[in-house]
Parts: sequence; structure tokens; C-alpha cells
Amino acid sequence: MNALAKSFAVAALAASVALPLSGGQTHAATPADTLVIANRIDDIVSLDPAEIFEFAGGDLANNVYDTLVTFEPSNLSGGYIPGLAESWTVSADGKTFTFKMRPGVTFHSGNPVTANDAAFSLQRAVLLNKTPSFILTQFGFTADNVKEKIKATDDMTLVIETDKKYAESFVLNCLSATIGSIVDMKLAMEHEAGGDMGYEWLKTHSAGSGAYSLRGWKPNENYVLQVNENYWRGTPAMKRVFMRHIPESATQRLLLEKGDVDVARNLSPDDIAGISGNGEVKVEEDLRGRIMYFSLNQEIPTLAKPKVQEAFKYLVDYEGMANSFLRGQYTVHQAFLPLTYLGELKDKPYKLDVAKAKALLAEAGEADGFEVKIFVRNAQERLEIAQSLQNIWAQAGIKATLEVATGKQTLGVYRARKHEIYLGAWGPDYPDPHTNADTFAHNPDNAFEAKNTGKLAWRNAWDIPAMTKETEAAVQESDRDTRAEMYRKIQKDHQMTSPFVVMLQKIEQTGLRKNISGFYTGSAVSSVYYWTVKK
Amino acid sequence: MALNTSDIAGRGALSLSPRFLRAVIRTAITVAVTFVGLLFVTFIIGRVMPIDPVLAVVGDKASEEIYQAARKAMGLDQPLYVQFLYYLRDVFQGDLGMSLLTSRPVSEDIARVFPATLELATIATLFGVVFGIPMGVVAAVNQGRWPDQLVRVLGLFGYSMPVFWLGLIGLLVFYGVLGWVGGPGRLDIFYEDMIPSVTGVILIDSLIAGDFEIFSNALSHIILPASVLGYYSIAYISRMTRSFMLEQLSQEYITTARVKGISETQVIWRHALGNVMVPLITVIALSYAQLLEGSVLTETVFAWPGLGFYITTALLSADMNAVLGGTIVVGAVFVGLNLLSDLLYRLVDPRAR
Repeated sequence: MNALAKSFAVAALAASVALPLSGGQTHAATPADTLVIANRIDDIVSLDPAEIFEFAGGDLANNVYDTLVTFEPSNLSGGYIPGLAESWTVSADGKTFTFKMRPGVTFHSGNPVTANDAAFSLQRAVLLNKTPSFILTQFGFTADNVKEKIKATDDMTLVIETDKKYAESFVLNCLSATIGSIVDMKLAMEHEAGGDMGYEWLKTHSAGSGAYSLRGWKPNENYVLQVNENYWRGTPAMKRVFMRHIPESATQRLLLEKGDVDVARNLSPDDIAGISGNGEVKVEEDLRGRIMYFSLNQEIPTLAKPKVQEAFKYLVDYEGMANSFLRGQYTVHQAFLPLTYLGELKDKPYKLDVAKAKALLAEAGEADGFEVKIFVRNAQERLEIAQSLQNIWAQAGIKATLEVATGKQTLGVYRARKHEIYLGAWGPDYPDPHTNADTFAHNPDNAFEAKNTGKLAWRNAWDIPAMTKETEAAVQESDRDTRAEMYRKIQKDHQMTSPFVVMLQKIEQTGLRKNISGFYTGSAVSSVYYWTVKK
Repeated sequence: MALNTSDIAGRGALSLSPRFLRAVIRTAITVAVTFVGLLFVTFIIGRVMPIDPVLAVVGDKASEEIYQAARKAMGLDQPLYVQFLYYLRDVFQGDLGMSLLTSRPVSEDIARVFPATLELATIATLFGVVFGIPMGVVAAVNQGRWPDQLVRVLGLFGYSMPVFWLGLIGLLVFYGVLGWVGGPGRLDIFYEDMIPSVTGVILIDSLIAGDFEIFSNALSHIILPASVLGYYSIAYISRMTRSFMLEQLSQEYITTARVKGISETQVIWRHALGNVMVPLITVIALSYAQLLEGSVLTETVFAWPGLGFYITTALLSADMNAVLGGTIVVGAVFVGLNLLSDLLYRLVDPRAR
């Protein structure tokens, strides 16, 4: 910035602030029992846990609602532990799960948490049939049978019957997702309108038993949580949580350094570097579940050639990207399951090798290269990745043009199988390896009419009968180690033969005031926890 | 006493003359046609844009079945003209539909975000008027000399400096380093929801509630974004004032006034500026209207939950009801301010009466 412009800006604004401002100064620091967070929360569409499916909404639900099965925030890789269900048993045929409810737990309303609430909540999620409902319906529940298959046999006993045998870990992991949140039946039904089981009301209110209750929500502005003094895992230290929607990284940084917020969750690499010299703040890193990949539409003959696919895997500057413009926000990762998931694969067989890629292209009969379009969302980091790819592909004779559009536009193209190459990110939907295996390595019907738009294998027209069977087998395997090994094998095959080039896994860097401890972002498997925070 | 008809006719100025009635009807028709046209164009643009509003609701990962169900629920399976007719009917009943993003009626959302923008734009325009007009006058009187150059350079900066950058620098200096003003947002978060929302304009609501602590907190938050926005307003208004003044100062009546021995101050500030006020009203109204709809970047930098920010967020998320609703409000503001400036014009300018 040049000196003239700088001094000018100061002069121009001096007039405005020369006006006396009595009082009205900002607080020196946030109160000791209050947590203030700056985050982007404009992805919250609904606060109903049967519908919540985006990050910011998941964060909120994780602190307002409880699930039957949960996690220990300080040991997320330890896997699920009892939540509102104190214990459970699985029948010999592996299809019937019987849960014993934890006694003495109450909702924010004061109503006791019973097996009836649990049955109601899970049935409700299936009946409402919102986007995340597949996490439950994949066990064979339908609107017609769910009241039979999920029911309370008494106040403290919940019985869930799946359509076939699944790995116990798979069922329990799915119940720990947001959609498994247990809703206060009495309160929800008091606000029922037109048979919606309280849906319209719960979109903007809360009815949980979690560490906090919702005190206020202004979309795209803020939300306020109030502590639940009777929380069954102990009263949280933070009595209130203020969440502020601050879209700009630079603004978040300023608020954090100034002490007006305790936590800033969307700091850019520049701002992370910028606060490194400030002794009052710290940066914590955590692996998240999001992976960055690009994929080749198999309906394009050139892109369907195995050698061409292999060539693309050598035409990515994995390390270069992670070490340059992505600076600490992504790590190189080349398998479809995020690190820390059961069955994670750490192998990284590919690195940038233009000569090898050229040889592979020649073998495929594409020595002269070809033209291709990359569909990419107009988000900063994705554009930078796309430009890096574009430059390197040019060295091998592949002339790529970027088709840049908003997220919704590119997704529309992708779901209609109209892309050539799609650069995208994928986050797991629930903390079980099946979530990504199901989308990357499972395609039971490749016909266009099948419209399996939720599966990335289908979106790329990748027909894989054998791998589909392997994926189906893995989700039924009850031995944990065998199951993990099965996913490792599928991923290895996937690495070698798929039209997907997985490049990176997200690392979240959180800026915190020095005095904040116990802030867990939830890593790759869960959402953020506020009740563990202390100052 | 018998009523004298000519007596009534004699008070013609107050009676509804056919000419005035015609003008009213013409204005009403123009406004109505403008509005339906605005609705039609935005509706069509909204529908032909390669954005899928259904995805905004169900998300990327929804199954085809859920996708189709949502599409039907949103009425998007109907033919376009049917959708438009339904839309017209709803709008004229004051129903702007539900926002997909906030799950609330768009009209409610706008009622919440518009006062924030109104507050910001009004103070910014005040800056523009208070500083811009004198600067323009001084520049015109000193044409070609240093005060003129200074005003023109300041104006040029105002036009060419990115608001984003100016806003961040302002925050850094006056909030970050000096701590003279409040940070991003309309209030410190601890003051949120502490006073009842009557008008939605916090500066007014806090006075109604008699809470001066909140008033001064709100003032400390608004002063910086309003200055940044106001700077653009100053640049625009001073430039226009300067050129209007130059035109007036070369007129014969000014020379006559000077010959008559009227003081220079009177000539400039009363005679010349008086005549300039007429076209300036339109300039100020236009500048105000622009601030009301175009302060998107300022609102983003300062996390100011206003209308510009609302419409942009909605547009990027394919929340078409919110985009259309916001556009209608912006359209209404433009039409309203134009009518208002027209009216003021007539009041101030004797020739237009």
C-alpha cells in the first residue's frame, strides 16, 4: 500500500471519528463465562435436526441436541460411546438393536427424556424425508414400516430392527450423526401444524436436551445459546455462547486480535500468518473430513481411457499446492476416506511427473493432447487449484479451460452428468467409512435414468459392478479389523483404477485467544463442542 | 347566503384541477407499470439463470426423489406463466414468499434488514450533504486554484478507492489500533436484543427505550461504515455541486447582482446556490437511493446485516424469493425517491409549480 493512499485514508476518516463518542466503547475482553465466536454461518437453512445437513447447522445441533450414541470430544478417534442410551445389545442375527435409555435426563423444557422421545425422533426423521434422511433409511426404514421397525417397548427401552445385517459400528456411527438427535416429543407436538410433527416450528426453535438451549437466532447475523445447568455430562463452564456471522477473514482477525471474539474459525492463510506474532492469540490445527478431488466424466471417450486417467494422477502438483497457496489449510491425501476414519489409507502413490504422464498419454493414443473443460466453483482456493492444474496439464499438451460458476450452477451441471472434468470437495455425512465408500465406490445402476445423483460414481458414469459388491460386503462385516482392511483394499483399487483424483484433505486452522482451552472442532468425524470450553 | 360558485373556482390552487388529476393518474399508471415490469424482468431473470433453487433447499447430496418433492413443493413444476401469475397475486397481497435460506417470510426478513441499511445510508448521505455541498461551492468559486484542485483530487480518490480496502484500513486504524470506534456489526454482541425493536433503527429504538448506553454503542459502530460510505457520497455530491455552481456563476444574473453591489458571500451562497439546490435535490436523492441498494461491500466488510448483504447472499445461494423480494424493495425505493425529488423540485423551483 503506498504511503500517500494510506495517509489519505487516515485523513478522510479522521473527520468522522473526531466526533465525541461518550461511552460506547468496546469491551476490553469478553466476560469470563461467555464464549464469543466469529464464523460463517450463512449455510444454516434450518435448525430442525431432521433437516440440518451443513457445517454451521451441525455445529449448533451438536450442542443443543443429544444423540443415543456420542463421542468423547477429547478422544474422537476412540469411536462412539454411550450417549442418551446408557447401553445396548445386538441380537444374534445382527438385525435387532435394543437400547437402554440413560435415566434421569431431562430436556430443556423439563420433560424427561424417554425411549418414546427417541422412537419419535428417529421415526420423524424418516417420515419428514429431508435430505439427510438417507442416513437412517439405508437401514430399510420407510414411511410405511418405520413405526414398526423403531419403537419404544417401555419408557426406557428402544428397539430398532434393520432390514438386514449390518456392521454394528455402521449402525451406531449413523445414530451419532445430527439426524440421530433426540427431540422433545411433547414440546414438538405442542407446535405441530398440519401433521408436520413440529417441523415448521423446529426450523427456527430448539427442543433438545443438550448442553445449551437456543435463545435467539437471526439468520445470517448471529445466534445465542444459553447453558443447560442440568446437562447430564456436567454443567458447562460457558454460560452463554454468542455466535456472530462474520464473512470476512480480515474482519474476523481484527475482532480476535482486539479480544472482541474468543474464537475465529475462517481465517485465511494470510491472516493465520498475520496473527503469528501476537502473543495473545494462538492457532490450533485439526484434520477435517473434507477432501478435494477432481473427476473425469466417463461418458467422454477420451476421459474413459485408463491410461489417460492414470496420466491425470501424475499431472497434479500435490506437494507444491499444499506448500504454496494452500499454506497449511490442506494436506496431501490420495484416498477417498479422510484420515482418522476407520480403514484410512495413508499410501500416496502419485506425485507430479509430467514425463511419465506424457508417456501414458502417448500409450493411450493421445500424444498430441486434447482440449477439456474443468467445472469449478468461484471460490478462491478452488480457483487456485484449478489454475495450478491448468498450468501443469498444458505441459503435457492438455489444454484446459475453466468453466467458473457459482456452487449451485456447477452442482446442477455435475448432477446432470454434463461436466467433463469436475473439481470439487466432498465431506463425509456421518462418522462411518461407508459414507464415502457409498458415494465414491458404489454404483448399483449406472443408467442415466437411475438418477443416483447422490453418488459420485454415478455422476461420473463410472460403472463398477465388482467394487459395488465389495462395498456392500464391507458394510456388513462385523469384525472391526477385517472391516477396516476391506476398506483399505477398496481404496487401493480405487486409487489405481478410478476416474477420481483425490488430492488433498482439509486441515482447519482455528484462531483462539490464549486463555481458551477445550475447544474441539470435531475433527473429521463430528461437529464442534462448546460445553468442553474453559477460560 | 347563496353559494357563489365562482368563489370556489377562485380558490383553484387547492381544488383538484383536471390537469392535476391527470398528472396524478399518469404518475400512478407509470408507477404501476414500472412495478409490474420490474417484477416481470426480475422474475424472468431469476428463472432463466442457470442456478438451481431446488439445490439451495435440499443440498448437493439429496436423492432424486427428495429433489423432485422439493421442486414440486416450491411450485417449480408449473409452467412459467402460471408461476408468474401466482407470484403477482402473492406480491399484491403483500406476500413475498418464504426465504429458502432463513426459513422465514421474505417480508419479515426485509423488515429486519432494511432498517440497518436505512440507518447507514441516511447518515452517509448526511455526510455527503454536509461536506459535499460546501466543498463543491468552494471548488467552483476557486476554479483552477488550489482549493479546487484539492476537492477534485479528494473526489477522484473517492471514486477510485476500493471501498473494501478503505473499510478495512478504517477498521484497522480506528477500531484495531486506536480503539475509538466500535467494531464490525451494529452493536457489541452483548447488547443484542436488549431493547425492543420498534422501528428497527437502533439509534432511534435506543432513544425510545431511553437507553443511552446502547445508543452510544450503536453510534460508535455506525460512524465508521457511514464515513466510508459517506465519502463516496461526498465525492459525488461535491463534484456535481461544483459543475452546477460553475454553470450558475457564469450567468448574467450573477453579474447583475455583483454590479448591484450585493456582497460576494450573498451572491454565492444565496443566489447561486439557491438555484443550484433544485438540480442538487435529484443528485442527492439518486445518491441516497444508490447507497440504499449498493452498499454490499461495505456491509460485508463491516458485517452489517443490511439489505445489500441480504440480496447478495440470497443471489449466491439461489434463494430466488429473497432476491425478488429484495429487488422489489430496491425498486420501490428508487421509484419513491424519484417521486419525492420530483415533488421537492416542484416546491423549490417556481417555474415547475
